[in-house]
Order: sequence, then C-alpha cells, then structure tokens
Amino acid sequence: MQSEILFGTDEQMTSLMQKRKAGGVVWKVVFLFATSLAILFLLLLLVSVIDSTFGYVAVRNEVEPSQLVAGKDEVSEFSRAELETVLQEHLSSGILRRVIHEKPLEERSDKDLVSLAEQYVIKPSVVQTWGLGDSLLETASIKEFMAANEGLHLTFRSWINWSFLTSDQSANPLNAGVRTAFLGSLWIIMITFVFAFPIGVGAAIYLEEYAVDNKLNRMLQLNIFNLSAVPSIIYGLLGLAVFVRSMEHFTSGAFLSSVADTTANGRTILSGGLTLALLVLPIIIINTQEALKAVPDSLRMSSYGIGATKWQTIASHVLPASIDRILTGTILALSRALGETAPLVVIGASTFISVDPSSVFSKFTTLPIQIYQWSARPQGAYRNVAGAAIITLLLLLMAMNSFAIIMRDKISKKKRMES
Amino acid sequence: MIQHVGNHPFGKKHRPHEVVIETLLFLFALFSILITVGIAFILVRESFLFFADPDVDLLGFLTGKVWQPMIGLFGFLPLLNATLTTSLIAMLLGIPLGLFVAIYLAEYASDRVRGFLKPTLEVLAGIPTIVYGYFALTFMTPLLRSLFGESRVDIYNTASAGLVIGILVLPMIATMAEDAITSVPKDLRLAAYALGGTSIETTFKVVIPAALSGLSATFLLALSRAIGETMVVALAAGAGPNLTANPFKAAETITGYIVRISGGDVSYNSVDYNSIFALGLVLFVITFTLNLVSRKISGLFHQEYD
Amino acid sequence: MNTTNLAEALPRVYEQPQEQKTIIALKDVNIYYGSFQAVKQASLDIYEHQVTAFIGPSGCGKSTVLRSINRMNDMIRGSRIEGSVRFHDHDLYASDVDPVLIRRKIGMVFQKPNPFPKSIYENIAWGARINGFRGDYDELVETSLRSAALWDEVKDKLKQNALRLSGGQQQRLCIARTIAVQPQVILMDEPASALDPIATGRIEELILELKNSYTIIIVTHNMGQASRVSDHTAFFMVDEKRRGYLEEYAPTEQLFLNPAHKKTEEYISGKFG
Repeated sequence: MQSEILFGTDEQMTSLMQKRKAGGVVWKVVFLFATSLAILFLLLLLVSVIDSTFGYVAVRNEVEPSQLVAGKDEVSEFSRAELETVLQEHLSSGILRRVIHEKPLEERSDKDLVSLAEQYVIKPSVVQTWGLGDSLLETASIKEFMAANEGLHLTFRSWINWSFLTSDQSANPLNAGVRTAFLGSLWIIMITFVFAFPIGVGAAIYLEEYAVDNKLNRMLQLNIFNLSAVPSIIYGLLGLAVFVRSMEHFTSGAFLSSVADTTANGRTILSGGLTLALLVLPIIIINTQEALKAVPDSLRMSSYGIGATKWQTIASHVLPASIDRILTGTILALSRALGETAPLVVIGASTFISVDPSSVFSKFTTLPIQIYQWSARPQGAYRNVAGAAIITLLLLLMAMNSFAIIMRDKISKKKRMES
Repeated sequence: MIQHVGNHPFGKKHRPHEVVIETLLFLFALFSILITVGIAFILVRESFLFFADPDVDLLGFLTGKVWQPMIGLFGFLPLLNATLTTSLIAMLLGIPLGLFVAIYLAEYASDRVRGFLKPTLEVLAGIPTIVYGYFALTFMTPLLRSLFGESRVDIYNTASAGLVIGILVLPMIATMAEDAITSVPKDLRLAAYALGGTSIETTFKVVIPAALSGLSATFLLALSRAIGETMVVALAAGAGPNLTANPFKAAETITGYIVRISGGDVSYNSVDYNSIFALGLVLFVITFTLNLVSRKISGLFHQEYD
Repeated sequence: MNTTNLAEALPRVYEQPQEQKTIIALKDVNIYYGSFQAVKQASLDIYEHQVTAFIGPSGCGKSTVLRSINRMNDMIRGSRIEGSVRFHDHDLYASDVDPVLIRRKIGMVFQKPNPFPKSIYENIAWGARINGFRGDYDELVETSLRSAALWDEVKDKLKQNALRLSGGQQQRLCIARTIAVQPQVILMDEPASALDPIATGRIEELILELKNSYTIIIVTHNMGQASRVSDHTAFFMVDEKRRGYLEEYAPTEQLFLNPAHKKTEEYISGKFG
C-alpha cells in the first residue's frame, strides 16, 4: 500500500502516535500546573493577609495594672471606684482637664474609663508580633522569647476587631483604627458615582444608540479604550493640576462663605472623588455599551414600529431592558475606584486624620491609603494593622459586589415577571 | 402641540427635546476627548516648566545616568531602567502563565472547571493593587531572601515587585488571551482534526498561530499595565533611583518616584514638583503608544475573521 | 533510504471493479446529542471507489451520519453513538481505536472552505508533517495540488497566504490538503454550497476524477449535484419526533428514475424539502 512507504509502516505510525500523544500529555500537565499556580497565588495572597491579621503579640506595659490595684492583673477587673481613682491620680493634669472637658468622668461608661486608663496610664507598647502560622506552629520559640524577655504580656490578638473599625488613627498600633479612612472611602466613591454615572451612561447611550459610523465617532471609541488603559497615576497628576491647583477656589470650598476646612487647600474629598470619576468614566462607558449591545434590536424595531421617537425608545425600552447590567457594570467600576491608591496619593490625600470627614470640602484619607502608609512603616506591628485594614477593604469590596449581584438578580426576576 | 412643517400630515415634526437630548449625550461622549486633551495639555505644560529650569536640559534628562534633584542631576535612565526591569520580570512570569491558563480554559477545561476558574480569575483581577504591594512586601520578598540568601537580596528589590506585578497581570492576560483563542473559528480546529491532528497539535500549530495578533495585542496591553503599575513598586521596589541591572537590588521606578515625591510635602512650582509631570509625560507616551498599537493589532485580528 | 518515486506511490487510475467491495459498513446506528436522538437505526454499506451521495431535507441527520464515519462527532459535547461503524472490518468505535488515526485514513472536506491562515504550501504540508511524512514535501505539494486541479492557478504563489484565494480555490485547496495525507475515504459535507455555479462545476469535475483513487461520500442539498456525481444515493428523512432515518438507499440512477418509496419520489420531485 502506497501510504506505508511514505508514512512508514503501521508499526512506525503507532510509535509516532505514541510520541505525539506523550507530547500532548506533557503539555496538558503544563497547562494544569500553570492553572494551579494561578489559584495558588490567590490562596497565598489571602493567607498572607490573614496570617498577619491574627496571632500572638507580646506587649510591655509602662505601668502594670497590679501596681495600681494590688491583685488585679487586668484593667477590666477594676471596680468603678478604682477606675476613677486611678484616672484622677495618674493622668497628667492637662490630659485630665481635656478628658473632663469632653465629658466628666462620672458620666462616662465603665468601658470608656477602661480604655482611657489603658491609653494614658498603662500605656502598652508592642514588642513583638507573630503571624497566625507562627502562633500555631512555633509555640516553642515564642515561649523561649517570652522566657528571655521578662515583664512581657503575651496575648492572642485579632487585629481586626470592633475597636479597630470604630477608632481613629493612633500613633500606637494597638489603638489604631480605620474609621476615618472607611468614611473617607465612602465619601469619595459617592462623589465618584455622582459625577461618573450620568456622564458615563450618557456617553455610552450616544455611542451605542446615536453615533453613526464616521471618523469622529470611531475616534471617540478608540479614545475611550485608550483612556481605560492609561495608568491610574496619570489621572492623579491630572487631578493634582486641575482639581487641586487650578480649581482650588472651588474644590476647597473657599467660594462658599462657610469655609469647611481652610487647611485642606484643594486636597479635599471633592478633588479626590472627581479624580476617580475621570478614572472610572471610560470603564463605566465601556460596561454600559456592553449592556446596551445586549439589548436585542427587535425591541428597538418594535418600538419604532408603533411610532415612538428615538429617545422614547431608549428611555422606555432600551434602558429598562439593560438597567441591571448597567448597574452591575457601574458597581464593578466603583469597586475599582474603592481600591485605587496611587491617584489619591498624588493629589495629596492626608495620611494622618483623626477627624471624621464632614463635607465634600474635608481633608480625607481612605482605606487603601492607610494600607499603604501602614505597610510602608518599618515597625512590625503596623504590618498587622495593615493586614486588618486589607481585610476590611476586601470585605467592603465583597459587600459591594454581592450587592450588585443580588440587585441584578432582583431586577432580572422582576423583568421576567413582567414579561 | 406638534407643528407640521409641510402642509401634509407626514411633514417633519419639530421635536426640540429630542435634539437637546442627543446634543447633550454627544457632549458627554465628547467629554472623554477632553480628558485625553487635558492629560496631554497638563503634562506638556508642566514638563515645559521643568525643562525651562536652568538645572535641567533635555539631553541630560534622556541620557543622564544619575537622578539626584538635590545636586541638580536629572538623568531619568535609572528610573526607566527600574521600570523596564520590573516590567520585564512581570512579563516573563505573566505571559507564559497567563497564556497557559488561557489555553487550558479555552481548549481543555470542562464546564465545571471553567465555572470555578473564571470567577477565581475575576477575584484575582478585582483585588486592589495595594494588596498586591503588601503581598510583595510580606510574602514575595521574604521568599526570595530565604531562597537566594539575605546578603544577596535587598529588603526592597525589583525582582519581588516584578514577580508580583506578573501575578497581578495574570488574570488580565488569561482572560483576554482566552477571548482571542476562542474567537478563532471552529472550522479551523475541525480542519486540523480532520487531517489527523491531535488536540495539542491543533492548539499549538493551528489555533495559537491563528490567534497570534489577538495574543500580541493582549501582551502589549499587559506590558502597558505593568509599566504603569504603581503601588506594588512603591511598596516593594525601593525608594531612591539606582541604576542597576541586578534585580535583587533596590531601585525606584518612574511611578514609584512620582508617588514618593507627590506624597511628600513638595511645594508647587519647585523643580521637584515639575519633574513628576515630566516623568508622567514619559509614562503617558509609552503606555499610550502601547495601548494604541495593541488596539490596532486587535482590530486587524477581528478583520481577519469577520 | 526512501527513494520510492512519489508518482508511483500515489494512487493510480483503477479499473472500475466488477464487484462492489464494501469499505464502510454502518449497522443500526443511533446518534444522540444529549437527550435528543438525531439519527435512528441507520444501516448502509459504502462501496470502495464509488461516490455515495447523502440527500434529504434539513435536519434529517445526513451530516451527522457523515461525521460519525471519521468520529468528528466526538468534538461535539454530549454526543453519543450506538450501533456499529466498521471500516475494513475494524470497529471504529472500539475502545482501543484512536480517532486521530482514523481521521488520517478518512479525511474530510467541510461546507465552508476553511484553509489555515498560513501559506498555500504550509496548508498542504502541515497534515503530512504531523503524521510523519518522510518523502519530498515539494513533490507532495505539487502532486496534491495537481490532483485537486489547483496547481496551475497557484504554482507561482505557493508562499502566499491561503486566505487570499477565492472561495472556490480555497475549497480545492482544502481538498488538496486532505489528499496530501493520503486517506482512503474522503467525506465531503456540502462542499459546494458556499460557492458560485462555476466553482461548483469545477468541484464536481474534481469529484469525478478523484473517485478513481478514493472512496467519496458527499452530503448535498442539491439533487442535481447528487445525480451528476454519485454512483449511489442514500435518501434520509425525518420522522415525527424529528429523528433522522434512512428512507431509501439505491444506485443513483435507480433512486432518481424509479424510486421504491413514495416519500423519495415526493422529495425528488420537489413536493417538500
């Protein structure tokens, strides 16, 4: 048979086939390995964050509770009378006056007094922290460390806890919190949403429903794709030059008689929100265009068929049919804004703020900026604080995305019921 | 009331609000051009101020090997070198890995595996870059130091930042490459199978070559993303420009420098302040070119199969 | 070591065999896509060096049956087959059978021309290369293109991208590509339906030439085409459950001039379809 000569005998064919198959198996193993590696990276990322958020911490107290009240090792064991006495006696007169001025001791809750005593009298400071992995597996070396250093207290700490979420920042990692950063983040994305959503959706409607295929519109489209890939730090430079400097009179609130915060200059929530609005605008436009593309043309035709105008068709048929996807796309874009750090650093977000933002003209910090600041500090304990802040940020992002999914399902269910 | 222009019932109607709405929407779309123009204008204007400074000259900027504003040296090569080092390392990790994941997803994964993998990639892509920076600092750097020795690997180094950027661009490469691969017509795969090709031969010798322009577009976009990535290098690559080929040494990238200078207390109209815009301009030109080329290539790709 | 002359090795013109020899035998073939049964109880013998046409209305399963012969249905998720398909007395669906090897022996040409986005030369050489061809590639390319009646049109532009050829040329290139791996059977799934009448005519001429060397099975919508090129015709129909089945199978002349079944007569006279 002719093919035997040209393609080798059946035996040769079979052995070649085995080789070819073996090559295939090797590659499939490579693909599987690469994929497992990608999953492994995600796991490692989460594990490294969780690892630093929980674990043992060795603390040295400036004053031991037992020195204040004999036989009691914890401030929380003190009675009400003991707490008040300790505070009266050990607080410096300046601090005591300020505390009483804020709220007299008698009116404060027990919990409040305990935290005051810890903050101003006990003054604990972190000597050493261990990650979750070490805390569970390296107990021997932790014991060794504790034996070698006398007078330390070892506690297992969850760095993310209620007081972390509700307190201001602090110079002491044990007392640091994310409240101002959390509120800052919320304010910023609110501004971002207010500006980027209408413009983004409007631009997408124009490009998808009105634009004819001409040079200008093709350029608009190309430009939007390009903008979506411009590094975020460039938007920071744009925001710095435009919103912070050129429009300072406006973004600082100086144009209003009631100046909110004279020290902010233009470095306000408004500037930050506007900067991020520019950043997410192309993303919102692209996502909305995708949503509009998914609306079948037959819907538009049937609307035109009964004599509706273009805008009537869009407003009463196209937008209702795509609103779920538009909102999901927008929330995805806002999640991007929520996690952005570089542009806000560039426009000059403040890093140490203990006052909650009160208006769009306030100075601000955000969760990612806090994470950046804390991660960059050399003291070990701030790594743990940063880990806790990351978990807070990731939970917030998860909440937003779940919200988007739930809302999309609700709307599409409603659409199904109506149809 | 509706007015008829002609005197027959089908004459054109004036619908002023329709025109107003269309104009408004058009202006919204035009706003995106304004952003681009704004970016270009601001960067060029401030860079102009930078180069007008007596200490600075364009040639020295482009060819100088030292960046030390304190003593009036503004050579951007150390910054560019660090940017290219981190990006190159990122691409070396991200491109093969992302491509393999894409091939696996497009050609081999069962529906169930896909249903698990795609959301995993989306989660990876949705994690803020600052978290990746933290990961570089707390995981990758210690890993590199324990593998290669603490004496050889600095606490801050471009290798760690580069590898983590590689992980950061992986989901983007995998998703876009998968799109490019799946948009290769099914007919071609069938033709290869009908000639007695195995699935791997079909993938590597027919599908991948056919998807090449789409894949190149993906890689260029990923490169642009790596070059513009900021927070990972700001945390892990080190502060202070340093012209070195050693990826285990600390070296500041263009983006890292911009963030460090603007995050500090820098006064407007100082040469430092203007320098970040000049570097921003360099960054913008590089990334914008890469994006544009990528877009053109992927446009060609879509033409081939339409 | 391999100095065999290619012209000698390539198929010669055979005498029309006196006795028809069965090369492929389908017996009680049922094909399912998930829970949907696409083909019901198809049994027929395909004869060597003959052209067999599959005709019938859309959805009658004729393409599905065709694809079961070189196991291309394996590519469709959820497809499943019962019954037996034998090629030279080998069960094609036996568990130790490698579909990749089958497809080299039973080639396929598709409805839409689908050349690889490579040069004309590479399109032909690729299949031979992966299958371990040991001869002279230039010669193989030329012989294959000549067999597909394309050589004179492309001999000066072998390095040119195949996508730049016209539709008809692309389809003949796909036939040449299939010939190059030297199969015994060529399956053609409506090979001319995407082409203009002139290109269609050329493909039909080509089929008549190729049948001397190969066994050809062609699916077609065009009854004229079936009557022009085929020796045997299988007429498939759809039952009330949308399952395809073989209604009638006979020598082409007999089926068209003197159909045994009423449905066949109605179909070929254009009453439906």
